Amino acid sequence: MRKGLHPLVMIALVTAVTLFGRVLPTWTLSLATIAASNALIALGIVVLARTGNVSFGQGLFFAAGGYGVALIANAWGLTDAVAQVIVGAACGGLLGLVIGPLIARYSGIFFGMLTLALSMVFYGALVKSTALGGSDGFNVGRPSLFGMSFTDPREADFMLYAVSVIVTGFAGIAATILFRSEFGLASLAVRENNLRVEYLGLSANRIISINFLIAAIFAGASGAFALMAQRHIDPQFAYWTTSGEFVFVAVLAGNQSVAAVFVASMALELVRSFSNLYLPNTWQLVLGVFLLGVILFLPRGIGSLWIRDRHKRRISATVPLTAERGAAP
Amino acid sequence: MNFFLTIILDGLIQASWLFIVALGLTLVFGVLKILNIAHGSFYALGAYIAATAVTMVAARGLPPSVGFVAMLLSVALIASAVGLLLERGLLKMFYGRNEVVLLLVTYAVFLILEDVTKLIWGVNPIYATQPYELFGNLEFAGLYYVGYDLVLIPISAVVGLAIWFGLNRTVIGKIVLAVIHNEEMSVSMGVRVNRVYAIAFAFGVLLAALAGALTAPKISMQPGLSSDVIILSFAIVVIGGLGSVEGAAVGAILVGLARAASVHLMPQAELFMIYLIMAAVLMFRPEGLFKRETARRI
Amino acid sequence: MTPVLSVRRLEKRFGAVVAADALTLDIPTGQKISLIGANGAGKTTFVNMVTGYLKPDSGTILLDGIDIGRRSPRSVVRLGISRSFQIPQLFVELTAAENLTVAISGIGTRMSLRAPAEAQGRRDEAVELLERFGLADLADRPISELAGGVRKLIDIAMALVRRPKLLLLDEPTSGVSAEEKFTTMDRVIHAVAPDAATLVFVEHDMEIVSRYADRVVAFYQGRILADGAPAEVLNNQEVRRYVTGGVR
Repeated sequence: MRKGLHPLVMIALVTAVTLFGRVLPTWTLSLATIAASNALIALGIVVLARTGNVSFGQGLFFAAGGYGVALIANAWGLTDAVAQVIVGAACGGLLGLVIGPLIARYSGIFFGMLTLALSMVFYGALVKSTALGGSDGFNVGRPSLFGMSFTDPREADFMLYAVSVIVTGFAGIAATILFRSEFGLASLAVRENNLRVEYLGLSANRIISINFLIAAIFAGASGAFALMAQRHIDPQFAYWTTSGEFVFVAVLAGNQSVAAVFVASMALELVRSFSNLYLPNTWQLVLGVFLLGVILFLPRGIGSLWIRDRHKRRISATVPLTAERGAAP
Repeated sequence: MNFFLTIILDGLIQASWLFIVALGLTLVFGVLKILNIAHGSFYALGAYIAATAVTMVAARGLPPSVGFVAMLLSVALIASAVGLLLERGLLKMFYGRNEVVLLLVTYAVFLILEDVTKLIWGVNPIYATQPYELFGNLEFAGLYYVGYDLVLIPISAVVGLAIWFGLNRTVIGKIVLAVIHNEEMSVSMGVRVNRVYAIAFAFGVLLAALAGALTAPKISMQPGLSSDVIILSFAIVVIGGLGSVEGAAVGAILVGLARAASVHLMPQAELFMIYLIMAAVLMFRPEGLFKRETARRI
Repeated sequence: MTPVLSVRRLEKRFGAVVAADALTLDIPTGQKISLIGANGAGKTTFVNMVTGYLKPDSGTILLDGIDIGRRSPRSVVRLGISRSFQIPQLFVELTAAENLTVAISGIGTRMSLRAPAEAQGRRDEAVELLERFGLADLADRPISELAGGVRKLIDIAMALVRRPKLLLLDEPTSGVSAEEKFTTMDRVIHAVAPDAATLVFVEHDMEIVSRYADRVVAFYQGRILADGAPAEVLNNQEVRRYVTGGVR
């Protein structure tokens, strides 16, 4: 049996991290909020990547969530943070439900290109839609929580931090359970050999579609967080370089550990704010070099630093398996 | 009637430089099986280098024609060097990895080049307009066109024909085609694939940079140029079929016309249109309009 | 007795190559049938058509009276035909037990998004199946670390999970050394017996064919050249000329 943290331990961890926000300085708080929100969407990419498909267009669902929430907030005055997250997740999820089955039959770079193309269709439409503010986008008001509004910026920041950490934390717990489930194992099987999956009587497309839906829901919710944090939305949400950053977090994290996604996302935000501060116009440079380094030296992501190869540890180190006959009877 | 002619001419002008960019992208994909996200950065690199060359020439009081030649030569030189350097120094390390991994590697190169151009040329728009007046203004069927724009059309036709001729009528071109069609077989026939890779990649970079140089006098160079161009050229090669030269031409013309048509008829639909075409092609003909026979493996 | 599989006038061409030429064949329950023929004679094409990987140009394939000629592999598998492959099709990064776990969790109509994959019952079932092939001690090894012969056996075990009405094995002993081929085949026949009553195997080795098959079907250029008891078919003049090369 694979070892792993018990869900209760994870819930305790999420609570601890949330409360820890009380003692964090304000700038770290908003940074952590963004990191948690980005971790959520990157987690979706990781979920999907376990089937072997990398989406370069999560910005589509990110923007769908963001715009959906923003429009509803401005039209009906829905300001509750939790409700906004649910609306965002629903917007992303609905779109994912439609798109997933359509593109599940593509793989490799075609899958990547198609997701990218769809997000750019959306981007193109958003830029030119004057009703949605065109390329400038539009603003939304401050979120509230359960009828409380937060006038003190520090309290408002903490509220957002708490909601994003809790939601992302629970998404992480759900993902952990999913990864260990029979569906999670079958998802890995799709990545390895979808021909065999079909010959086992399973539908590879269906498995991909479900993972795609999960990724879209996470992306939609993440879009809602980004909106709440910036209180502004524009088509940049759907642009391909935005999606690229999320892919970056997912690659950095690898697909072996949910915790790695959070670490990777936090690392990215720290690098971003430091290079913005001290070395203007170099942050993408740093990112690129970092990405190359990860692909070269940590092909399974930073998660492999503590997970190790999940097979290696089970095998007694003494038996070399290279001999052809070694394992045969 | 004039209205349609305008759209067609505008579309062809767009298509001319798009074709050169897409040609490089499709060539690199065909040979190395890499979908190069950094391709747009090479376009931008070419445009920036051209601007520097043109500005330097103009500062010495030399005529714009010298600037035009200088920009093409400097771009050709630097781009080939950059291409060779990147392929031998970096991409080589990742061969044999999954195609999605290679996509990510080129994404990293894109990110790096984004900032490198910012560090060298700054974030403010720069211009290199001198050569734009080189060919004067021309009247064509009652419409006035900037001569430079119209000249782009024959230039890209020449580039396209040269590539087609080079691939189909020269020994090295045939070797490249052999690698495109069946790499394993080429290796067993004694083709030095490494060399073909290096040449093809450098050539791909050269084409992107050349298109950048040719368009430099028409546009303002600023950050974001590369990401817009890569998106357009992706659409073109996907529409035409990845790895196909004819496909790149047809894709470029389609995208050029779609852009021109929407600028004149429905300005709000430009990017939307192009990506809709691409998504539709991917949905119904994932191999692109110019489908290449692929060997079936069981 | 009605046959489990009934094939009528099956045709398939790849350009100018005729891979199946009016193939007509009945497979009754309980038989062990060997398909023989030179490379390109149409054996694997036949297996691919019966399992839904290739669509025939014309003709019918009836499984217990249901036409499966146009169905997808997934649907054919669900109706009761499983197969193994010439090149084992496994999940190489997963362990042997995990490979079989995926197969086992595919049997139900819904897969759980919550229930752990390695729940004890399912794991026991996977290990039991490996045990039948004598591979239980390799349960936790990833496939990437296993030798080719072992992979072939696991590939067959994967096909067995659904207890198919008809099991098709594509060259079960290819890549197995001469000394081991009989032990391997003994093991396969023994392991398969409880779950798959009817067995079709593509085979090049005539010693294996004559020892394990009840019936032999010889293919030549997409046609059935001979069909009958092993001794009879293997001694057929045409079979000796075109298939076995007159060596044996």
